Amino acid sequence: MLKSRVFIFCTIGQMLVIASFFLYGQAKSRADLRGPVREKQELVSRLGLTDFAIWTEARYTRHPSQTDFFSPFQDFPSSPDHFPAGSIIAPVRAAQGETQ
Amino acid sequence: MTRHGKILEYALSSLLRRKYKSLVIIVAFMLTIAALSSVLFLTGSLKNEATLMLQEAPDIIVQRTMAGRHDLIPTGYAEEIKKIRGVGTVSPRYWGYYYDALVEANYTLLGAGSGTETLNLLAGRLPATNSECSLGAGVAELRGSGDSGELILVNSRNTGVLFTVSGIFQTASNLLTNDLVVLTDSALIDFFGFPPGQATDISVEVRNMSEVPTVAAKIRQMFPDTRPITRRELVRTYDMVFNWRSGMMLTVFCAAVISFCIMAWDKATGISAEEKQEIGILKAIGWDTSDVLALKCWEGLIIALSSFMLGITLGFVHIFFFDAFILAAVIKGWSVLFPVFDLTPHLNLFHIFIMGFLSVIPYMACTVLPTWKAAVADPETVMRG
Repeated sequence: MLKSRVFIFCTIGQMLVIASFFLYGQAKSRADLRGPVREKQELVSRLGLTDFAIWTEARYTRHPSQTDFFSPFQDFPSSPDHFPAGSIIAPVRAAQGETQ
Repeated sequence: MTRHGKILEYALSSLLRRKYKSLVIIVAFMLTIAALSSVLFLTGSLKNEATLMLQEAPDIIVQRTMAGRHDLIPTGYAEEIKKIRGVGTVSPRYWGYYYDALVEANYTLLGAGSGTETLNLLAGRLPATNSECSLGAGVAELRGSGDSGELILVNSRNTGVLFTVSGIFQTASNLLTNDLVVLTDSALIDFFGFPPGQATDISVEVRNMSEVPTVAAKIRQMFPDTRPITRRELVRTYDMVFNWRSGMMLTVFCAAVISFCIMAWDKATGISAEEKQEIGILKAIGWDTSDVLALKCWEGLIIALSSFMLGITLGFVHIFFFDAFILAAVIKGWSVLFPVFDLTPHLNLFHIFIMGFLSVIPYMACTVLPTWKAAVADPETVMRG
Protein backbone atom coordinates (compact mmCIF):
# COMPACT_ATOMS: atom_id res chain seq x y z
CA MET A 1 0.00 0.00 0.00
CA LEU A 2 3.08 2.20 -0.11
CA LYS A 3 2.45 3.67 -3.55
CA SER A 4 -1.16 4.60 -2.82
CA ARG A 5 -0.10 6.26 0.44
CA VAL A 6 2.55 8.28 -1.37
CA PHE A 7 0.00 9.28 -4.03
CA ILE A 8 -2.62 10.33 -1.45
CA PHE A 9 0.03 12.25 0.48
CA CYS A 10 1.22 14.04 -2.68
CA THR A 11 -2.38 14.85 -3.74
CA ILE A 12 -3.20 16.33 -0.34
CA GLY A 13 0.08 18.27 -0.50
CA GLN A 14 -0.89 19.67 -3.91
CA MET A 15 -4.33 20.65 -2.63
CA LEU A 16 -2.74 22.42 0.31
CA VAL A 17 -0.38 24.28 -2.05
CA ILE A 18 -3.33 25.50 -4.16
CA ALA A 19 -5.30 26.42 -1.02
CA SER A 20 -2.27 28.35 0.26
CA PHE A 21 -2.10 30.21 -3.07
CA PHE A 22 -5.72 31.18 -2.61
CA LEU A 23 -5.15 32.35 0.96
CA TYR A 24 -1.97 34.19 -0.09
CA GLY A 25 -3.94 35.96 -2.83
CA GLN A 26 -6.64 36.98 -0.36
CA ALA A 27 -4.11 38.21 2.20
CA LYS A 28 -2.08 40.13 -0.40
CA SER A 29 -5.24 41.73 -1.83
CA ARG A 30 -6.23 42.92 1.63
CA ALA A 31 -2.72 44.21 2.38
CA ASP A 32 -2.49 45.94 -1.02
CA LEU A 33 -5.84 47.66 -0.47
CA ARG A 34 -4.36 49.44 2.54
CA GLY A 35 -1.09 50.48 0.85
CA PRO A 36 -0.10 50.14 -2.82
CA VAL A 37 -3.65 50.35 -4.21
CA ARG A 38 -4.25 53.67 -2.41
CA GLU A 39 -0.95 55.00 -3.74
CA LYS A 40 -1.82 53.99 -7.30
CA GLN A 41 -5.29 55.49 -6.92
CA GLU A 42 -3.67 58.73 -5.77
CA LEU A 43 -1.55 58.70 -8.91
CA VAL A 44 -4.57 58.03 -11.15
CA SER A 45 -6.53 60.78 -9.44
CA ARG A 46 -3.73 63.36 -9.60
CA LEU A 47 -2.71 62.76 -13.20
CA GLY A 48 -6.16 61.83 -14.51
CA LEU A 49 -4.91 58.53 -15.96
CA THR A 50 -7.41 56.43 -17.88
CA ASP A 51 -5.51 53.42 -19.19
CA PHE A 52 -2.77 50.88 -18.51
CA ALA A 53 0.61 51.40 -20.20
CA ILE A 54 0.72 47.85 -21.54
CA TRP A 55 0.78 48.19 -25.32
CA THR A 56 2.54 51.37 -26.37
CA GLU A 57 2.85 50.66 -30.08
CA ALA A 58 -0.31 52.44 -31.29
CA ARG A 59 -2.67 54.99 -29.78
CA TYR A 60 -5.64 52.62 -29.83
CA THR A 61 -3.66 49.97 -27.97
CA ARG A 62 -2.09 52.43 -25.52
CA HIS A 63 -5.46 53.98 -24.67
CA PRO A 64 -8.18 51.45 -25.57
CA SER A 65 -10.74 53.39 -23.56
CA GLN A 66 -10.06 56.65 -25.41
CA THR A 67 -9.93 55.26 -28.90
CA ASP A 68 -12.24 56.37 -31.70
CA PHE A 69 -14.59 54.02 -33.55
CA PHE A 70 -12.37 53.34 -36.54
CA SER A 71 -8.98 53.15 -34.89
CA PRO A 72 -7.96 49.63 -35.93
CA PHE A 73 -8.43 50.67 -39.56
CA GLN A 74 -7.19 54.18 -39.05
CA ASP A 75 -4.74 54.73 -41.86
CA PHE A 76 -6.96 54.28 -44.89
CA PRO A 77 -10.23 52.48 -45.68
CA SER A 78 -9.90 48.68 -45.49
CA SER A 79 -6.46 49.02 -43.95
CA PRO A 80 -5.71 45.92 -41.91
CA ASP A 81 -4.59 46.14 -38.33
CA HIS A 82 -0.82 46.65 -38.30
CA PHE A 83 -0.08 45.86 -34.71
CA PRO A 84 0.06 42.46 -33.00
CA ALA A 85 -1.58 43.85 -29.87
CA GLY A 86 -4.62 44.75 -31.96
CA SER A 87 -5.30 41.05 -32.38
CA ILE A 88 -4.80 40.32 -28.70
CA ILE A 89 -7.29 42.76 -27.22
CA ALA A 90 -11.01 42.39 -27.84
CA PRO A 91 -13.05 44.98 -29.75
CA VAL A 92 -13.97 47.76 -27.36
CA ARG A 93 -17.73 48.11 -27.11
CA ALA A 94 -17.40 51.06 -24.77
CA ALA A 95 -16.11 53.11 -27.70
CA GLN A 96 -19.69 53.34 -28.87
CA GLY A 97 -20.46 55.53 -25.89
CA GLU A 98 -22.78 55.01 -22.97
CA THR A 99 -24.87 57.99 -23.84
CA GLN A 100 -25.81 56.89 -27.33
CA MET B 1 -12.34 1.19 1.05
CA THR B 2 -9.80 -1.63 1.17
CA ARG B 3 -10.95 -2.77 -2.28
CA HIS B 4 -10.45 0.69 -3.73
CA GLY B 5 -7.15 1.05 -1.87
CA LYS B 6 -5.90 -2.10 -3.52
CA ILE B 7 -7.22 -1.05 -6.93
CA LEU B 8 -5.47 2.31 -6.50
CA GLU B 9 -2.24 0.51 -5.61
CA TYR B 10 -2.58 -1.64 -8.72
CA ALA B 11 -3.45 1.43 -10.87
CA LEU B 12 -0.30 3.20 -9.69
CA SER B 13 1.81 0.12 -10.40
CA SER B 14 0.21 -0.15 -13.82
CA LEU B 15 0.98 3.51 -14.59
CA LEU B 16 4.55 3.08 -13.35
CA ARG B 17 5.00 0.10 -15.69
CA ARG B 18 4.19 2.51 -18.55
CA LYS B 19 6.05 5.35 -16.87
CA TYR B 20 7.30 7.15 -19.98
CA LYS B 21 3.89 7.17 -21.65
CA SER B 22 2.22 8.29 -18.41
CA LEU B 23 4.82 10.99 -17.89
CA VAL B 24 4.36 12.37 -21.41
CA ILE B 25 0.57 12.50 -20.93
CA ILE B 26 0.96 14.22 -17.54
CA VAL B 27 3.41 16.80 -18.94
CA ALA B 28 1.22 17.57 -21.99
CA PHE B 29 -1.93 17.79 -19.86
CA MET B 30 -0.15 19.93 -17.25
CA LEU B 31 1.19 22.38 -19.84
CA THR B 32 -2.28 22.74 -21.37
CA ILE B 33 -3.78 23.55 -17.97
CA ALA B 34 -0.84 25.82 -17.11
CA ALA B 35 -1.33 27.83 -20.32
CA LEU B 36 -5.06 28.18 -19.70
CA SER B 37 -4.71 29.05 -16.03
CA SER B 38 -1.92 31.55 -16.77
CA VAL B 39 -4.19 33.48 -19.12
CA LEU B 40 -7.10 33.29 -16.68
CA PHE B 41 -4.96 34.47 -13.75
CA LEU B 42 -3.37 37.28 -15.77
CA THR B 43 -6.59 38.60 -17.28
CA GLY B 44 -8.46 38.21 -13.97
CA SER B 45 -5.81 40.18 -12.09
CA LEU B 46 -5.59 42.89 -14.76
CA LYS B 47 -9.37 43.29 -14.71
CA ASN B 48 -9.33 43.48 -10.93
CA GLU B 49 -6.48 45.99 -11.02
CA ALA B 50 -8.34 48.12 -13.59
CA THR B 51 -11.50 48.12 -11.46
CA LEU B 52 -9.54 49.30 -8.40
CA MET B 53 -7.29 51.84 -10.15
CA LEU B 54 -9.92 53.43 -12.32
CA GLN B 55 -12.15 54.20 -9.34
CA GLU B 56 -10.17 57.42 -9.14
CA ALA B 57 -10.17 58.21 -12.87
CA PRO B 58 -12.04 61.34 -14.04
CA ASP B 59 -15.85 61.00 -13.86
CA ILE B 60 -16.25 62.01 -17.50
CA ILE B 61 -13.70 62.63 -20.25
CA VAL B 62 -15.09 64.75 -23.08
CA GLN B 63 -13.45 64.20 -26.45
CA ARG B 64 -14.17 65.99 -29.66
CA THR B 65 -14.53 63.85 -32.74
CA MET B 66 -14.00 65.11 -36.27
CA ALA B 67 -14.76 62.83 -39.23
CA GLY B 68 -14.95 59.92 -36.80
CA ARG B 69 -11.53 60.62 -35.34
CA HIS B 70 -10.41 62.07 -32.04
CA ASP B 71 -9.66 65.78 -32.53
CA LEU B 72 -8.49 68.67 -30.34
CA ILE B 73 -11.29 70.25 -28.31
CA PRO B 74 -11.81 74.02 -27.84
CA THR B 75 -11.20 74.95 -24.20
CA GLY B 76 -14.30 77.18 -24.47
CA TYR B 77 -16.39 73.99 -24.24
CA ALA B 78 -15.16 73.65 -20.64
CA GLU B 79 -16.79 76.96 -19.67
CA GLU B 80 -20.14 75.81 -21.07
CA ILE B 81 -19.91 72.38 -19.42
CA LYS B 82 -19.20 74.03 -16.08
CA LYS B 83 -22.65 75.65 -16.25
CA ILE B 84 -24.43 72.27 -16.18
CA ARG B 85 -26.08 71.69 -12.82
CA GLY B 86 -24.20 69.14 -10.66
CA VAL B 87 -20.87 69.59 -12.42
CA GLY B 88 -17.82 70.31 -10.23
CA THR B 89 -14.34 70.97 -11.56
CA VAL B 90 -13.92 71.03 -15.33
CA SER B 91 -10.37 71.09 -16.61
CA PRO B 92 -8.84 70.81 -20.06
CA ARG B 93 -6.26 68.01 -20.33
CA TYR B 94 -3.17 68.23 -22.48
CA TRP B 95 -1.52 65.04 -23.58
CA GLY B 96 -0.21 63.34 -26.68
CA TYR B 97 2.15 60.75 -28.09
CA TYR B 98 5.80 61.09 -28.94
CA TYR B 99 7.85 58.71 -31.05
CA ASP B 100 11.44 58.61 -29.92
CA ALA B 101 13.43 57.67 -33.02
CA LEU B 102 16.55 57.24 -30.92
CA VAL B 103 15.24 54.17 -29.10
CA GLU B 104 12.26 53.47 -31.43
CA ALA B 105 9.76 53.72 -28.59
CA ASN B 106 6.48 55.60 -28.14
CA TYR B 107 6.00 57.75 -25.05
CA THR B 108 2.85 59.32 -23.68
CA LEU B 109 3.46 62.98 -22.87
CA LEU B 110 1.11 64.34 -20.25
CA GLY B 111 0.48 67.81 -18.85
CA ALA B 112 0.42 67.64 -15.05
CA GLY B 113 -1.92 70.59 -14.53
CA SER B 114 -1.25 72.82 -11.58
CA GLY B 115 0.64 71.88 -8.42
CA THR B 116 4.05 70.38 -7.86
CA GLU B 117 3.22 68.13 -4.95
CA THR B 118 5.04 64.89 -4.27
CA LEU B 119 3.28 61.58 -4.77
CA ASN B 120 3.93 58.37 -2.85
CA LEU B 121 4.87 56.50 -6.02
CA LEU B 122 7.04 59.30 -7.37
CA ALA B 123 10.67 59.51 -6.32
CA GLY B 124 11.04 63.30 -6.46
CA ARG B 125 8.25 65.68 -7.41
CA LEU B 126 6.10 66.69 -10.35
CA PRO B 127 7.58 69.31 -12.72
CA ALA B 128 7.43 72.86 -11.42
CA THR B 129 8.90 74.74 -14.38
CA ASN B 130 8.72 74.35 -18.16
CA SER B 131 12.21 72.87 -18.23
CA GLU B 132 11.40 70.01 -15.85
CA CYS B 133 9.80 66.62 -16.36
CA SER B 134 8.84 63.51 -14.41
CA LEU B 135 9.42 60.15 -16.05
CA GLY B 136 8.04 56.66 -15.94
CA ALA B 137 10.60 54.04 -14.90
CA GLY B 138 10.56 52.52 -18.40
CA VAL B 139 11.45 55.80 -20.12
CA ALA B 140 14.09 56.63 -17.51
CA GLU B 141 15.74 53.24 -17.97
CA LEU B 142 15.56 53.32 -21.77
CA ARG B 143 17.09 56.80 -22.00
CA GLY B 144 19.39 56.53 -19.01
CA SER B 145 17.77 59.65 -17.56
CA GLY B 146 17.93 58.31 -14.01
CA ASP B 147 21.70 58.71 -14.01
CA SER B 148 22.05 61.82 -16.18
CA GLY B 149 19.03 63.63 -14.70
CA GLU B 150 18.23 64.98 -18.16
CA LEU B 151 16.00 64.12 -21.10
CA ILE B 152 16.21 65.61 -24.58
CA LEU B 153 13.13 65.40 -26.81
CA VAL B 154 12.55 66.92 -30.24
CA ASN B 155 9.56 69.26 -30.37
CA SER B 156 7.08 69.96 -33.18
CA ARG B 157 9.42 72.59 -34.64
CA ASN B 158 12.18 69.95 -34.89
CA THR B 159 14.19 71.58 -32.12
CA GLY B 160 15.76 69.56 -29.33
CA VAL B 161 14.41 70.52 -25.91
CA LEU B 162 16.36 69.70 -22.76
CA PHE B 163 14.32 68.78 -19.69
CA THR B 164 15.68 68.28 -16.19
CA VAL B 165 14.25 65.20 -14.47
CA SER B 166 12.43 66.30 -11.32
CA GLY B 167 11.09 62.85 -10.43
CA ILE B 168 10.90 59.24 -11.57
CA PHE B 169 7.82 57.09 -10.97
CA GLN B 170 8.58 54.00 -8.93
CA THR B 171 8.46 50.61 -10.62
CA ALA B 172 5.44 49.64 -8.47
CA SER B 173 3.38 51.98 -10.67
CA ASN B 174 4.82 50.63 -13.94
CA LEU B 175 1.49 49.36 -15.19
CA LEU B 176 0.22 52.96 -15.16
CA THR B 177 3.29 55.08 -15.74
CA ASN B 178 5.92 53.05 -17.59
CA ASP B 179 5.86 55.19 -20.77
CA LEU B 180 4.87 58.53 -19.19
CA VAL B 181 6.74 61.80 -19.57
CA VAL B 182 4.98 64.36 -17.40
CA LEU B 183 5.52 68.04 -18.22
CA THR B 184 3.79 71.20 -17.08
CA ASP B 185 0.71 72.08 -19.15
CA SER B 186 2.41 75.11 -20.71
CA ALA B 187 5.57 73.15 -21.57
CA LEU B 188 3.44 70.50 -23.27
CA ILE B 189 1.38 73.07 -25.21
CA ASP B 190 4.60 74.63 -26.42
CA PHE B 191 6.28 71.30 -27.14
CA PHE B 192 3.49 69.98 -29.39
CA GLY B 193 2.53 73.45 -30.71
CA PHE B 194 -1.13 73.18 -29.68
CA PRO B 195 -3.23 75.93 -31.37
CA PRO B 196 -4.31 78.56 -28.81
CA GLY B 197 -7.52 77.68 -26.95
CA GLN B 198 -7.35 73.95 -27.81
CA ALA B 199 -6.79 70.95 -25.55
CA THR B 200 -6.61 67.18 -26.06
CA ASP B 201 -9.79 66.57 -24.08
CA ILE B 202 -11.68 67.84 -21.05
CA SER B 203 -12.09 66.08 -17.71
CA VAL B 204 -15.33 66.68 -15.87
CA GLU B 205 -16.06 66.07 -12.20
CA VAL B 206 -19.67 65.25 -11.32
CA ARG B 207 -20.66 65.76 -7.68
CA ASN B 208 -23.32 63.04 -7.56
CA MET B 209 -22.23 59.75 -9.13
CA SER B 210 -25.79 58.79 -10.10
CA GLU B 211 -25.99 61.90 -12.28
CA VAL B 212 -23.01 60.99 -14.45
CA PRO B 213 -25.05 59.48 -17.35
CA THR B 214 -27.40 62.49 -17.29
CA VAL B 215 -24.53 64.98 -17.38
CA ALA B 216 -22.86 62.97 -20.17
CA ALA B 217 -26.12 63.05 -22.16
CA LYS B 218 -26.41 66.82 -21.61
CA ILE B 219 -22.85 67.38 -22.84
CA ARG B 220 -23.59 65.32 -25.93
CA GLN B 221 -26.74 67.38 -26.50
CA MET B 222 -24.91 70.68 -26.06
CA PHE B 223 -21.97 69.67 -28.24
CA PRO B 224 -22.99 67.03 -30.79
CA ASP B 225 -19.40 66.80 -32.04
CA THR B 226 -18.20 65.45 -28.68
CA ARG B 227 -18.00 62.00 -27.17
CA PRO B 228 -18.27 61.87 -23.38
CA ILE B 229 -16.56 58.79 -21.90
CA THR B 230 -17.73 58.00 -18.37
CA ARG B 231 -15.65 56.26 -15.72
CA ARG B 232 -17.96 53.26 -15.88
CA GLU B 233 -17.06 52.91 -19.53
CA LEU B 234 -13.34 52.98 -18.70
CA VAL B 235 -13.79 50.04 -16.34
CA ARG B 236 -16.06 48.26 -18.82
CA THR B 237 -13.41 48.71 -21.51
CA TYR B 238 -10.92 46.69 -19.48
CA ASP B 239 -13.58 44.09 -18.75
CA MET B 240 -14.03 43.79 -22.51
CA VAL B 241 -10.33 43.94 -23.38
CA PHE B 242 -9.55 40.97 -21.14
CA ASN B 243 -12.75 38.97 -21.46
CA TRP B 244 -13.01 35.53 -23.03
CA ARG B 245 -13.61 37.03 -26.48
CA SER B 246 -10.25 38.76 -26.49
CA GLY B 247 -7.67 37.39 -28.92
CA MET B 248 -5.35 36.46 -26.08
CA MET B 249 -7.97 34.28 -24.42
CA LEU B 250 -9.28 32.81 -27.64
CA THR B 251 -5.84 31.90 -28.99
CA VAL B 252 -4.68 30.15 -25.86
CA PHE B 253 -8.08 28.63 -25.15
CA CYS B 254 -8.43 27.23 -28.68
CA ALA B 255 -4.90 25.82 -28.64
CA ALA B 256 -5.53 24.24 -25.25
CA VAL B 257 -8.91 22.81 -26.22
CA ILE B 258 -7.55 21.39 -29.50
CA SER B 259 -4.59 19.73 -27.82
CA PHE B 260 -6.86 18.35 -25.10
CA CYS B 261 -9.31 17.04 -27.72
CA ILE B 262 -6.50 15.29 -29.62
CA MET B 263 -5.38 13.64 -26.41
CA ALA B 264 -8.92 12.67 -25.43
CA TRP B 265 -9.70 11.43 -28.93
CA ASP B 266 -6.57 9.26 -28.90
CA LYS B 267 -7.75 7.76 -25.64
CA ALA B 268 -11.38 7.37 -26.64
CA THR B 269 -10.80 5.75 -30.04
CA GLY B 270 -9.13 2.73 -28.59
CA ILE B 271 -6.69 1.27 -26.17
CA SER B 272 -3.40 -0.34 -27.01
CA ALA B 273 -3.01 -4.09 -27.54
CA GLU B 274 -0.95 -4.22 -24.36
CA GLU B 275 -3.76 -2.64 -22.33
CA LYS B 276 -6.34 -4.97 -23.91
CA GLN B 277 -4.21 -7.94 -22.99
CA GLU B 278 -3.92 -6.65 -19.44
CA ILE B 279 -7.71 -6.30 -19.21
CA GLY B 280 -8.13 -9.82 -20.59
CA ILE B 281 -5.72 -11.27 -18.03
CA LEU B 282 -7.39 -9.41 -15.18
CA LYS B 283 -10.80 -10.77 -16.26
CA ALA B 284 -9.36 -14.27 -16.66
CA ILE B 285 -7.95 -14.30 -13.12
CA GLY B 286 -11.31 -13.33 -11.70
CA TRP B 287 -11.66 -9.52 -11.79
CA ASP B 288 -15.22 -8.28 -12.35
CA THR B 289 -16.04 -5.80 -15.13
CA SER B 290 -16.74 -3.24 -12.37
CA ASP B 291 -13.26 -3.84 -10.90
CA VAL B 292 -11.63 -3.25 -14.30
CA LEU B 293 -13.69 -0.09 -14.78
CA ALA B 294 -12.76 1.11 -11.29
CA LEU B 295 -9.10 0.48 -12.12
CA LYS B 296 -9.29 2.55 -15.31
CA CYS B 297 -11.26 5.23 -13.47
CA TRP B 298 -8.46 5.47 -10.91
CA GLU B 299 -5.83 5.57 -13.64
CA GLY B 300 -7.66 8.43 -15.37
CA LEU B 301 -8.15 10.27 -12.08
CA ILE B 302 -4.49 9.91 -11.07
CA ILE B 303 -3.29 11.37 -14.37
CA ALA B 304 -5.97 14.06 -14.75
CA LEU B 305 -5.96 15.27 -11.13
CA SER B 306 -2.16 15.35 -10.83
CA SER B 307 -1.79 17.17 -14.16
CA PHE B 308 -4.58 19.60 -13.29
CA MET B 309 -3.16 20.55 -9.92
CA LEU B 310 0.40 20.78 -11.24
CA GLY B 311 -0.88 22.94 -14.14
CA ILE B 312 -2.70 25.32 -11.78
CA THR B 313 0.40 25.56 -9.57
CA LEU B 314 2.63 26.23 -12.58
CA GLY B 315 0.22 28.88 -13.91
CA PHE B 316 0.05 30.66 -10.55
CA VAL B 317 3.82 30.62 -10.03
CA HIS B 318 4.38 31.82 -13.60
CA ILE B 319 2.03 34.80 -13.30
CA PHE B 320 2.48 35.95 -9.74
CA PHE B 321 6.00 34.87 -8.77
CA PHE B 322 7.75 35.19 -12.15
CA ASP B 323 5.73 38.21 -13.38
CA ALA B 324 4.24 36.31 -16.35
CA PHE B 325 7.57 36.30 -18.18
CA ILE B 326 6.49 33.74 -20.80
CA LEU B 327 3.03 35.18 -21.44
CA ALA B 328 4.47 38.72 -21.44
CA ALA B 329 6.71 37.78 -24.36
CA VAL B 330 3.61 36.60 -26.25
CA ILE B 331 1.42 39.62 -25.56
CA LYS B 332 4.19 42.20 -25.84
CA GLY B 333 3.56 42.73 -29.56
CA TRP B 334 5.70 45.54 -30.91
CA SER B 335 5.85 47.50 -27.69
CA VAL B 336 9.39 48.61 -26.96
CA LEU B 337 8.38 49.86 -23.53
CA PHE B 338 6.60 47.00 -21.82
CA PRO B 339 5.83 47.05 -18.10
CA VAL B 340 6.76 44.28 -15.70
CA PHE B 341 3.55 42.69 -14.41
CA ASP B 342 3.68 42.96 -10.65
CA LEU B 343 0.11 41.91 -10.01
CA THR B 344 -1.94 41.21 -6.93
CA PRO B 345 -3.08 37.57 -7.09
CA HIS B 346 -6.74 37.31 -7.90
CA LEU B 347 -8.00 33.72 -7.90
CA ASN B 348 -11.49 33.06 -9.12
CA LEU B 349 -12.54 29.74 -7.56
CA PHE B 350 -15.39 29.43 -10.06
CA HIS B 351 -12.89 29.52 -12.96
CA ILE B 352 -10.72 26.89 -11.30
CA PHE B 353 -13.71 24.58 -10.70
CA ILE B 354 -14.93 25.02 -14.27
CA MET B 355 -11.45 24.30 -15.61
CA GLY B 356 -11.20 21.23 -13.38
CA PHE B 357 -14.64 20.01 -14.36
CA LEU B 358 -13.99 20.46 -18.07
CA SER B 359 -10.62 18.71 -18.01
CA VAL B 360 -10.64 15.99 -15.32
CA ILE B 361 -14.13 14.57 -15.97
CA PRO B 362 -13.85 14.31 -19.81
CA TYR B 363 -10.41 12.73 -19.49
CA MET B 364 -11.72 10.12 -17.06
CA ALA B 365 -14.67 9.44 -19.35
CA CYS B 366 -12.32 9.02 -22.31
CA THR B 367 -10.24 6.54 -20.33
CA VAL B 368 -13.16 4.49 -19.06
CA LEU B 369 -15.30 4.20 -22.22
CA PRO B 370 -12.92 2.14 -24.43
CA THR B 371 -12.03 0.02 -21.40
CA TRP B 372 -15.68 -0.78 -20.86
CA LYS B 373 -15.87 -2.05 -24.45
CA ALA B 374 -12.87 -4.33 -23.86
CA ALA B 375 -13.97 -5.37 -20.36
CA VAL B 376 -17.40 -6.68 -21.39
CA ALA B 377 -15.91 -8.87 -24.15
CA ASP B 378 -14.79 -12.45 -23.63
CA PRO B 379 -11.36 -12.49 -21.88
CA GLU B 380 -9.93 -15.06 -24.28
CA THR B 381 -10.94 -13.00 -27.35
CA VAL B 382 -9.49 -9.89 -25.78
CA MET B 383 -6.20 -11.59 -24.92
CA ARG B 384 -5.89 -13.01 -28.42
CA GLY B 385 -6.48 -9.49 -29.80
